[in-house]
Amino acid sequence: MISRRNFCKKAMLFIGGVAVPVAGLEIFNPQRLLAEKQDPAKVRWVFLVDTRKCVGCGFCVRACKLENEIPYDANVSRTWVERYVVTRDGKVHTDSPKAARDGFTTKAIDQAGKGMLEIRDEDITKAFFVPKLCNQCENPPCVQVCPVGATYQTPDGVVLVDRTWCIGCGYCVMGCPYGVRFFHPVYKAAEKCNFCYHRISKGMKSACVEACPFGARTIGNIKDPEDPVTRIIMTERVAVLKEEYGTKPQVFYLGMSKEVK
Amino acid sequence: MVHGEVWTAKELFVYPNEYIYWTIQIVMYPFMTGLVAGAFVLSSLYHVFGVKQLKEIARFSLVFSFALLPVAMMPLLLHLQFPFRGIEVMMTPHFTSAIAAFGIVFTTYGMIVAAELWFVYRKYFVETALELRQLTGRSVTQQFRYVLYSVLTLGAWDISEQALEKDERAVKLLAGTGIPVACFLHGYAGFIFGSVKANALWMTPLMPVIFICSAVVSGIALCIVTYIATMEIRKALHAWKQKSSPALPLLDEMKSAELQVVTMTARYLVMFLILAITLELLDLIFRGYTAVKSWDILRSVIYGKDFVNIFVIQYGMGNLIPFFLLLLPRLTIRRAVAGTLLVLLGVFMMRWNVVIGGQAFSSSFSGFMHYHLPIWPDNLETFKEGLFGALLVAITPFVLFWGLNKVIPVFPVKDTH
Repeated sequence: MISRRNFCKKAMLFIGGVAVPVAGLEIFNPQRLLAEKQDPAKVRWVFLVDTRKCVGCGFCVRACKLENEIPYDANVSRTWVERYVVTRDGKVHTDSPKAARDGFTTKAIDQAGKGMLEIRDEDITKAFFVPKLCNQCENPPCVQVCPVGATYQTPDGVVLVDRTWCIGCGYCVMGCPYGVRFFHPVYKAAEKCNFCYHRISKGMKSACVEACPFGARTIGNIKDPEDPVTRIIMTERVAVLKEEYGTKPQVFYLGMSKEVK
Repeated sequence: MVHGEVWTAKELFVYPNEYIYWTIQIVMYPFMTGLVAGAFVLSSLYHVFGVKQLKEIARFSLVFSFALLPVAMMPLLLHLQFPFRGIEVMMTPHFTSAIAAFGIVFTTYGMIVAAELWFVYRKYFVETALELRQLTGRSVTQQFRYVLYSVLTLGAWDISEQALEKDERAVKLLAGTGIPVACFLHGYAGFIFGSVKANALWMTPLMPVIFICSAVVSGIALCIVTYIATMEIRKALHAWKQKSSPALPLLDEMKSAELQVVTMTARYLVMFLILAITLELLDLIFRGYTAVKSWDILRSVIYGKDFVNIFVIQYGMGNLIPFFLLLLPRLTIRRAVAGTLLVLLGVFMMRWNVVIGGQAFSSSFSGFMHYHLPIWPDNLETFKEGLFGALLVAITPFVLFWGLNKVIPVFPVKDTH
């Protein structure tokens, strides 16, 4: 009769013996080796926002909501537009009512719980609009912190979320310094802008770019030197948001002001 | 309604997608995990470092640590949007994520505690099973108990002197390995917060250490309170039983909580308390001194919006008062209970101020968010992330402890290690 000690020993040997060839199958996957040998990607999607052209009409926000099935009245959005009003006393007033879905319909600043703030025209020193969206970081903290790998980065640089795999812990929402992530009101999974990956990968423009009547939003491929977006990024003075976090954001801004947060 | 909208109130400019996403369950999570780690460290003081005075509370805190263990996972599961997918963290771990590593450390730790418990109680299992085997015509309960204890022996029936000595060595080894794992377990809970670079309040390498120290504090405090409470309840129950049937003999072991055990444990508690407060204050002073970009908004939250929570409840009621209560000479049981309960409150408020306070300001640094704890639930979400969900988590370990005590009696019935 087999002794318990012997049984344990043999079981361990068997498991070990089976594990080695199974692991080998993964290590020597020839297709993957071939794919990795070649240049992994000829495309790296980047976004260019010209804040000087944005008028805060909110067409982009509306287009995004409809395209990406984010419930129209839900108080979350994949993209939004911020309004900045700087007054004579140096104060910065910012708002984005309903993510600017309907544009800015009043001059008063929406201070959420603190009500509306009326500012006299003569007190204003400068005012402008800044569209925001996922920065598709080169070093995305959301991908780093996702405990199950439901958030991942494609070889062309776009960060995607697998709704069927997300456990909904909210770690990625907390990890994003740009506050672009939220929970989808219907699917309950983590959600964010993905540059309309389903469109750009078919050669179309993203919904917000398509909807912008002033050309404030453009999308391009930074690996293509002939791309007009690449040319602007390479030759003009562009800025990114919150550079200090080391996320290497890939949404570039033209005409950025120091007040932008 | 978007997740988080029910309990979040915004003020000034907050990004449109920002809400209080980590609510009371995420406060409960490090709190409960801390209790697990703390209780284990307390039991190890006896098993590893041979602090003889703690013998009585050592076994108690080990069992209690085991009862707390499943509850450390509970708040996380209640908080997940997809609780049934929670197991994926173990199945498809993504190792750059602190939460993924937590699952592995947690399981390792659970196995260590279970193994240690088994070695501590093996003699009891064998003796009980042998006793029941001798009985002829066992009742259904007795038969069930016989099968249960026979299974629990795992086939190791040898209780000779040498075998028991080996057990003791195993306990010591397991308790020894358990300490770093317990610290790691809670350090990881701290790391989960400390590594969120997007959050100005959490982002500090001190976070894991602060969490470990306050974990030990809370674990020891809870063990003291529960130890005293169970001892008193047992005494009261016995007295009550005796009243109805005076024939019952006076049992020797039905004594009150031992003051000397409580005093000794309280001393360790104060030691860790000092360490925890020092680190927290260091963090606060350092932030003020370096005053980086985020300090403006942090200051307005720490000294303004959360002043009462942080300085009055956490530091004042939760640290300063119990510090005196426990350190002043001639400690009494009553004062020890008051002191340790306040310590527990202090540690809970520390977790609260970190988790909720960390979300009290927007990443835009120009707006604030307030969390209104849902009290009376009107749907599953407000139940899970509200007062009743938190209470459910808080009560469960005591129920589990009661159940465990039926199988492995914590109080001296027979001599185990």
